[in-house]
Amino acid sequence: MKAKNKLGLVFFPAFDWAITPTHPEREERLLYTKDQLFEEGVEDIDGIDLYSPEIADAKDIERVHFAVPDVASRITESHLVSIGGTIKAFDLYFSGKADKAFALVRPPGHHAHRVVYGDRGFCIANVEAVALEHMRTKYKDLRVAIVDTDCHHGDGTEDIYYNDANTLFISLHQDGRTLYPGTGDIGEMGGPGGYGYNVNIPLPPGTGDQGFLYALENVVLPILEDFKPDLIINSAGQDNHYSDPLTNMNFSAQGYAILNERLNPDIAVLEGGYSIEGALPYVNLGIILAMAGMDYSQITEPDYSPAKVSQSKEVTRYVEQISEIVMENWRNKEALAEAKFRHMDVFELPKRIYYDTDGIMEHQTQYFKICKKCSGLNHITSRSDGGYRVKAITVPRDACSDCLDEGHRMYKNAEASFTNVYLQDRVNDKYYRR
Amino acid sequence: MIIGIDVGGTNIDGVIIENRKVAKKVKRPVDKENLFDTVYGTLKDLMHDADKSKVRRIHLSTTISTNAIVENTIEDVLLIIQSGPGIQNDFSQQYEHVELIDGYVDHRGKVVKDLNLKEIDAIKNDKKYKSFHSLGVVTKFSTRNPESETKIKDLLKDDFEHISVGHALSGNLNFPRRVATTFLNASVTKVFSSFLDNIVRALQEEEIFAPIYILKADGGTMGIDDAYRLPVQSVLSGPAASFMGISALEETLVDSIYLDIGGTTTDIFFLADGMPLFEPLGIEIDGRKTLIRSIFCHSIGLGGDSAVRVAKGELFIGPERLDSPLALGGKYSTVTDAMAVLHLIDFGDREKSLEGIRSLARELGLPEEETARKILEGCAEKISETVENLLEKINGKPLFTVREVLENRKLEPKEIKVIGGPAKVLAPFIEKKFGLNTVVTKNSEIANAIGAALSKPTFEINLHADTAARTLSVPEANIYKKISGRFSPGEGRDLVIDLLEKKGASIGEEDFDVEIVEEDVFNMIDGFSSGKNIRIKGQIRPSLLHDMRSDTVESEK
Repeated sequence: MKAKNKLGLVFFPAFDWAITPTHPEREERLLYTKDQLFEEGVEDIDGIDLYSPEIADAKDIERVHFAVPDVASRITESHLVSIGGTIKAFDLYFSGKADKAFALVRPPGHHAHRVVYGDRGFCIANVEAVALEHMRTKYKDLRVAIVDTDCHHGDGTEDIYYNDANTLFISLHQDGRTLYPGTGDIGEMGGPGGYGYNVNIPLPPGTGDQGFLYALENVVLPILEDFKPDLIINSAGQDNHYSDPLTNMNFSAQGYAILNERLNPDIAVLEGGYSIEGALPYVNLGIILAMAGMDYSQITEPDYSPAKVSQSKEVTRYVEQISEIVMENWRNKEALAEAKFRHMDVFELPKRIYYDTDGIMEHQTQYFKICKKCSGLNHITSRSDGGYRVKAITVPRDACSDCLDEGHRMYKNAEASFTNVYLQDRVNDKYYRR
Repeated sequence: MIIGIDVGGTNIDGVIIENRKVAKKVKRPVDKENLFDTVYGTLKDLMHDADKSKVRRIHLSTTISTNAIVENTIEDVLLIIQSGPGIQNDFSQQYEHVELIDGYVDHRGKVVKDLNLKEIDAIKNDKKYKSFHSLGVVTKFSTRNPESETKIKDLLKDDFEHISVGHALSGNLNFPRRVATTFLNASVTKVFSSFLDNIVRALQEEEIFAPIYILKADGGTMGIDDAYRLPVQSVLSGPAASFMGISALEETLVDSIYLDIGGTTTDIFFLADGMPLFEPLGIEIDGRKTLIRSIFCHSIGLGGDSAVRVAKGELFIGPERLDSPLALGGKYSTVTDAMAVLHLIDFGDREKSLEGIRSLARELGLPEEETARKILEGCAEKISETVENLLEKINGKPLFTVREVLENRKLEPKEIKVIGGPAKVLAPFIEKKFGLNTVVTKNSEIANAIGAALSKPTFEINLHADTAARTLSVPEANIYKKISGRFSPGEGRDLVIDLLEKKGASIGEEDFDVEIVEEDVFNMIDGFSSGKNIRIKGQIRPSLLHDMRSDTVESEK
């Protein structure tokens, strides 16, 4: 048996890591996926190779996150391995050892924002963002599209790339009014440096195979066609599955496989998905076969029936309308940005972020400088109910010399009222805190 | 007194070991067409002046199954396969007589869709059905629930001389490999059984009443009952016999490499802390990947008879053996000829060797001796390159726990042991290339037979318990039963050890090393119910009846 595409599979089920013994993120999560993949003989397929993870560095984390107070106290070894596994997947792709790579790793990451006080939505560090920025130290001008097919809005990834026009973020998710984390509205289109490059497609509860594939064909693929990325990453959450206990969607393993075949990502990274017995073994197998360019048509869940993936007429109509609005926004993003930021020097974005897993409340405001020469210096002021007062400054990768200097000045002159001050100097790949 | 016999590709080696010494050794050429006569003749040679009543055990490493598979003299097998949903394997392309049937079992062992008995009837009514004597039955996830395999076997048992069912051959997951293993087992049963019948009868006639053990590829032996049931386990046992022979002759405690350099090939083995490394899933034979447990062995086309040539100013060694060395009247320059040129061996007609190497030297524009040295260095290089690639793969194998990744245990060989004809000459070159202490094992010419004689029984079992479903399975022991919801990992461990000890005792062994190889326990939560998923792998690991390190090996001339 031979794969059409050479697929590098970093399978790291972390059989000794759980948030708590009964938490959905527990040791058992990928157990049945492992059984299914091993029984199917995936590792014997010519062209599919399994790899072990490496261990990420603190610096890899600092490139993306402001871990409060520091990386060592927030990021566990398990996260460094999961991220290291994802970096390995990126390495396999960029080194040419594989045509495509899938980091089937846990713990997941897409709810982790730039500032990290703890665990939220089962995530502490944004696994694929950290891996991507690691790669960008070598491949500086990458245009990247991240397509998040987890059922929950990828609010962490949105936060990280909100002001980055070279990183298109598209999230397909169950409407935030009906599901954690509550964000992911169509209106969240990006900061002044990347307006329009944050694309949310909130789908109504009950969306089935038909609705997902409609949004894919009519929104995601046309936008990708326009954007012409060098790299497509799928944040491959699997909780849109009809059997997922935490969500209300009607997507199937076949649907996920078809989506992956058409989306044709270079790299996929596992996110959520908690129907560990009834969905994950089949969805993961489907994604693997689709990425490897193999026949996935005979993959079905034991309890599959067409009724389970069907959707109502109202849902169909709603998905069509949403798709139309999102496309309209995409087409008009320059004009919309012009109207929105015309009279501004700094765009302010206040956020309240709840760390559900750890029970922490954070209030922050992000300040995006509007700069004609680059995407603009930006910083965050943040306080948590743990007593921290944080100022976190980011000099972006493409910063002009003015923004670079200003960033360093801002770090040096930060008010004494802040308990923790951070500077990400992405231009020089240097990270400071005090 | 132990008799050890190793049937190789060209030669058969036999030894008698008595009082921890080689009391006698015999080497004869193999007659592939009459393997039984070869074995019997060797046995007679060994025994002709020995005291038959003192024979305690007879160990046989035989190629009977391997040859049948490789030379395709196997029996026709009807395969009944239940794939269920998932990856679509082209079994009908890979096997000649395949019946694909409906129904399936999921990863938890639940029968999602039952057998369709009408399909079984239709198979029975097919006009070719009666022409088969051997049947293989395999279903996906049958190690979790063998119900369908067993049902089919029961329905058809009167129509076949032999039926192999997948779950009986290995407790490990891998459906395509289970199909291959089942097919091979079913296809060699007849040829192996009749061979073994003949051996048993011959021993009776000779009035040798010691138990027979058959060597396996995993560095162990199996008793005669298992051998009749699992003849496929006897394939490719030769390299394992050599491996165990080196282990018997030399002590190894650290990460090491064993090399068996022969005329045509070099077998490469690894040890971690002195314990043999195994193939992760099983052996590959005749292009079929199986679940047959095996010591890790990588074979490359490099040996004393490997042809040496120059193309585009570059030296090429092997991988093929085209003829005997020039020194023995062959047509092509070989590695052995290079050795002869350097006076490292005294072998055949050195003038002829020199002639060949000279012509290579001309093409390279180098002196003869330097050319000869380059050839031997090239052999070491080829081995070293292969070892490096293998280590990269071995050390990059997937890991499933944070602990394993953090421990980062990598195989880093600290020494090398070499056996085989060209071993002595090549060892200094290998030592230099690797920068590792390289030892040529003494008496290495009979290491294989010594390994065959001294290997002890091995056995692996896989326990899988699900306290929510209240099921327990140990496929290798044919145990599938209900358990209490309170079944604990400790009970699982005890059961595994108890089963292995009973297994050892049933083969007539008193002293063997039982160990738990892997143990994983998972909390399972499904709605309101919860339980534990317990997986334990245990083994009787490969070991020796005794070593032969401190004793001088003596033999009759």
